[in-house]
Amino acid sequence: MMRRTWWIYLIAVLGLVAVAAPFVWMLLGSFKTQGELLQVPPTWLPQNATTENYDALFSKANFPRYFLNSGVVALVVTAGNLTFCSMIGYALAKLNFKGRNGLFVLVMATLMIPGMVTFVPLFVLVTNAGLANSYPGLILPFLVSPFGVFLMRQFFLGLPDDLIDAGRVDGSSELGIFARIMLPLTRPALATLGILTFLGSWNNFLWPLVIAQTEDKYTLPVALALYSTGQNAQNFGLLMAGAVVVVVPVLVIFLAFQRHVTKGIAITGLK
Amino acid sequence: MRSRQTAAAWILVLPFVILFLAFTAGPVLGSLGMSFTDIKQRDLRTPFAVEGVGFGNYLKALQDETFRKAAFNTAYFVVIGVPLTLVVALGAAVLLDRGVKRFQALFKVGYYLPVVTSIVAIAVIWRFVLAPDAGLLNTVLGWFGIDGPNWLASKTWAMPSLIAMAVWRNFGSAMIIFLAGLQGIPQSVEEAGQLDGAGSWQRFRYLIVPLLRPTILFTSVTTGIGYLQFFEEPFVMTQGGPLNSTVSVSMYTYQQFGFGNYGLATSMAYLLFVVIAVITFIQFRLLREK
Repeated sequence: MMRRTWWIYLIAVLGLVAVAAPFVWMLLGSFKTQGELLQVPPTWLPQNATTENYDALFSKANFPRYFLNSGVVALVVTAGNLTFCSMIGYALAKLNFKGRNGLFVLVMATLMIPGMVTFVPLFVLVTNAGLANSYPGLILPFLVSPFGVFLMRQFFLGLPDDLIDAGRVDGSSELGIFARIMLPLTRPALATLGILTFLGSWNNFLWPLVIAQTEDKYTLPVALALYSTGQNAQNFGLLMAGAVVVVVPVLVIFLAFQRHVTKGIAITGLK
Repeated sequence: MRSRQTAAAWILVLPFVILFLAFTAGPVLGSLGMSFTDIKQRDLRTPFAVEGVGFGNYLKALQDETFRKAAFNTAYFVVIGVPLTLVVALGAAVLLDRGVKRFQALFKVGYYLPVVTSIVAIAVIWRFVLAPDAGLLNTVLGWFGIDGPNWLASKTWAMPSLIAMAVWRNFGSAMIIFLAGLQGIPQSVEEAGQLDGAGSWQRFRYLIVPLLRPTILFTSVTTGIGYLQFFEEPFVMTQGGPLNSTVSVSMYTYQQFGFGNYGLATSMAYLLFVVIAVITFIQFRLLREK
């Protein structure tokens, strides 16, 4: 029995090493000089640790700007999803109204529509609305998500109706019951939705790639992708440092709130 | 009473409905419409002043050598990538659920980490991992006396490399769902198998796997839908090369959009959409049977 356990832990640890190695490689590489990055065989620890790659990100490349763009877009998109998804989620779960089932089916149907299908007409629409290459253009299409609606609806379904009835007896308005009694109870679901939305927006690529046309509107993934395929394709240190700037905030947020993330997957079976 | 609820419901639902009509329903129908026209970049400001071409774009796409190649590559990516991802995910889930009691949370979070990170960043990192001489993978292979190829520049190895990266990044997601499924299987099921003299592999194969069938089906469809749209990986790592060996349907659609062929691009996207819809439909049918 002891021997079996030993083997299992060895496999589990090797798996963890395989998952972590590329991240460690990235982090260490971001502190190496270009010469050292080209060295064969490669080094693990930087021999002459340098911050020149990060200096270049902040002076030569405009990464603070991209970081700001990613952050602003992700925060507004998250706020929108928390507001609008909880509103419709509550209505779908707890209110009687005509068309409720039809609306829910519609939400579920759009879960599978890929961004690839809608981006061309969306681009035409947003451009004609004068919103190409702007923050609203980056943000508006993502203010609600079918995933968020589904998550909030599922959570509201699990809350007892008695609370709503008690509120009605007390003479609260329907919106008052939603905002003051029910919404505060959904804090765990809101936390899950907030984190997943923020991460999704931070990592979003296709739409910002299409709609951000000048450099001052790039988000981090767009900037990193264009640097890595453009004239900086061979500037390995810069790209490693850029990847660190994209990945590290996400890892920090995820590790701080990981329980909410895995709970959300358990609730919905998605992501 | 009922009308008060209806009024409140409409207020709560309205923002979603407006955003949904403008940014989802509208574009979905718009896409369909555009795919039957010759709309190009120069028509951007006058999207209604275009000629209908019937199924012209669809025919053009299906006859296009590169599109066919892209369709083949996408199928390759899905058909190999999805089972591999699920096998690794199920293996990891069983390992954690049955074997690793101590530090289970640590391993779970660790395996899940790549899922939350940007595919673009991952792809940039993996380009260095897969670099021919100074790369991490070939260095590790070198310890065992294996001379690894130039992965991303090889027509044979570029696609398997992208698949390996996708498995590495995504298995954690299915693993979490499998873990929830495994924890839902009562201990008594396995004990009964043990009493009947079934070994651990037999118990896994004939008791656990059948009980997990709905979960396996579900994760295979969600993973498959994601993989059908793979885009960032070739965009960053290979630009579709070498010799179009990694160009995907999504990437080719994006390229056609970039060339200004909006009608053609939407028809390609719709072809992909139809495949995704069919797969989703089949999943619902299969799940309902059980």
